Amino acid sequence: MAHAKPRSAALEALLALWSRPHIRACMIVLALYLLIAFAGYAHLLPDHEAAVGGSQDPPSWHPATLLGTDILGRSVLWRVLAGVQTAITIGAATTALAVPFGTALGLAAGYFGGWVDAVINWVYSVVVSVPDILLITAISYAMGKGLTSICVAIAATSWVSIMRLVRGEVLKHKGSDYVLAARSLGAGSRRIMFSEILPNVVHVAIVTSSLVLLAAVKGEVILTYLGLGIQDGASWGLLIAGASQDLTNDIWGPLAGTVTAMFLLIYSLSAIGDALRDVLDPRIA
Amino acid sequence: MGAYIARRLLQAIPTVFGVALLTFLLFNAFGPDPVRTALGNHATPEAMANLRHQWGLDQSLAMQFLEFLRQIVTFDYGKSFVTGDDLGTQLKAGALVSLSVTVPPFVFGAIVNVSIALFITRHRDGVVDKAARALFIAAMSVSALVYVLGLQYLLAFKLDWFPINGYEGGWAAVKYLGLPWLIQLLLLMGPDIRLYRTLFLADINADYVRTARSKGAGEGRVLFRHVLPNAWIPIITQNVTTIPFLILGSFLMERFFSIPGIGNLTIDALSRGDLPILKAVTVLGALALLLFNLINDLLYAFADPRVRLS
Repeated sequence: MAHAKPRSAALEALLALWSRPHIRACMIVLALYLLIAFAGYAHLLPDHEAAVGGSQDPPSWHPATLLGTDILGRSVLWRVLAGVQTAITIGAATTALAVPFGTALGLAAGYFGGWVDAVINWVYSVVVSVPDILLITAISYAMGKGLTSICVAIAATSWVSIMRLVRGEVLKHKGSDYVLAARSLGAGSRRIMFSEILPNVVHVAIVTSSLVLLAAVKGEVILTYLGLGIQDGASWGLLIAGASQDLTNDIWGPLAGTVTAMFLLIYSLSAIGDALRDVLDPRIA
Repeated sequence: MGAYIARRLLQAIPTVFGVALLTFLLFNAFGPDPVRTALGNHATPEAMANLRHQWGLDQSLAMQFLEFLRQIVTFDYGKSFVTGDDLGTQLKAGALVSLSVTVPPFVFGAIVNVSIALFITRHRDGVVDKAARALFIAAMSVSALVYVLGLQYLLAFKLDWFPINGYEGGWAAVKYLGLPWLIQLLLLMGPDIRLYRTLFLADINADYVRTARSKGAGEGRVLFRHVLPNAWIPIITQNVTTIPFLILGSFLMERFFSIPGIGNLTIDALSRGDLPILKAVTVLGALALLLFNLINDLLYAFADPRVRLS
């Protein structure tokens, strides 16, 4: 080994990603978006609800009016940036719900088998039988429309594939020598599941989580347009939905700004996700 | 074969029961009160009690669930809360409209996209292939809503080739459906061509293909006579499992262009608290998905003798 100290697998993977210039650029973009989102949480972003000019001012070189103003005189650019915060929130919350849930159930189903497996598989078969859009509709009816219900709804449709993949991996690992060794050394079920098997199957969950993130960011826009999503505040879905009226008045700022912001995030996320899959699990590439 | 189908249908019973339970819980147990949605906040208690009785919502949840199960088994979903119309007729009409929106781009798209994918595979790793891949990745990073908006603006508003939105029954529908067809065709291209290309490439270095090449087969013959016939199975799988979603329609297209299909029906029902429609669509959607998954598995076994139904 060239390195004196052994590095963790996670750091190794990050360095492998960083070494590709194209992916490095995408990672910088993603870091920038995270920075904007955190600035938003810390209330450091300019107020997107405050009027900065007249109604529907054309774009100018001043930062606040770079993309013009909306019908209430609010800065379109500040609203696009607030949309970054909303998108990152939805992406992160959905992933944080779906990935641990799917991983835990997949681990339990694969490891315990028997009735645990049967019950989890029944829930799985029920959820995959309902077309995604209908499950999302039902959840948004039950929970009321808004940010929380979008996150729960998209998470409810995405944990299933993670559960299935993790379960399959666990079944492969369950009988392997290292698990038998741990058991013969007296390790209990919990220790074997979380300390022995989990580290060997978690890459599947990590790779799939980039898909969940993407589904959440893209889903917000469509669901908000359909009236199932965000009702007020600033979101890319609301901005694009509003742009339909603007276009007929030859106003391009909101659409151009939102599409660019969304494009950069989605493109970077898919590129990083693909690269992550190459690095962590070359077999499923 | 018969025994296999019978067993699959039996296995579907607990799943359908689960779907019914999930649907019922989300709409009847956790959702807002549809009587309140219909009558508003200033309704008298008597009016609310009357409507609740009329809609059968004054019974216990267990009784309501049993009634829902009866509806599922008899395919009789009752009447809409809001319009009082029979749901069977309403859903049939909606499904026909949805199919007229989704089927033409689905069929045409499958033919076009398989052809383009074959062409790209023929010139793999060349300029066309690389350019197409970059283009598709970029195109798929833009929200579907943006394509709908942009094309409506360009083709309907600016160029006046299509009506902006709306719908008429019968043959006049074609006038209104042209733009949604075109948009769906474009939206399908990226994901489909990428998938088909992957399918073709999976076999391009297989032993039987190498054998064909070593016997002097040209690249065109290799693709059409050897790779394509083997790729039919996953292509069929992909398309058969899409059929339930065609019946369900494109929520986005129907909403955007005001087309009265299942998607529009569902979203309207959601804002009006019309539970019978919402529950019927959810359960029927799940039944369609289960049915076409079974059909798909049967076709798979039929097309590939190595697959045993067991």
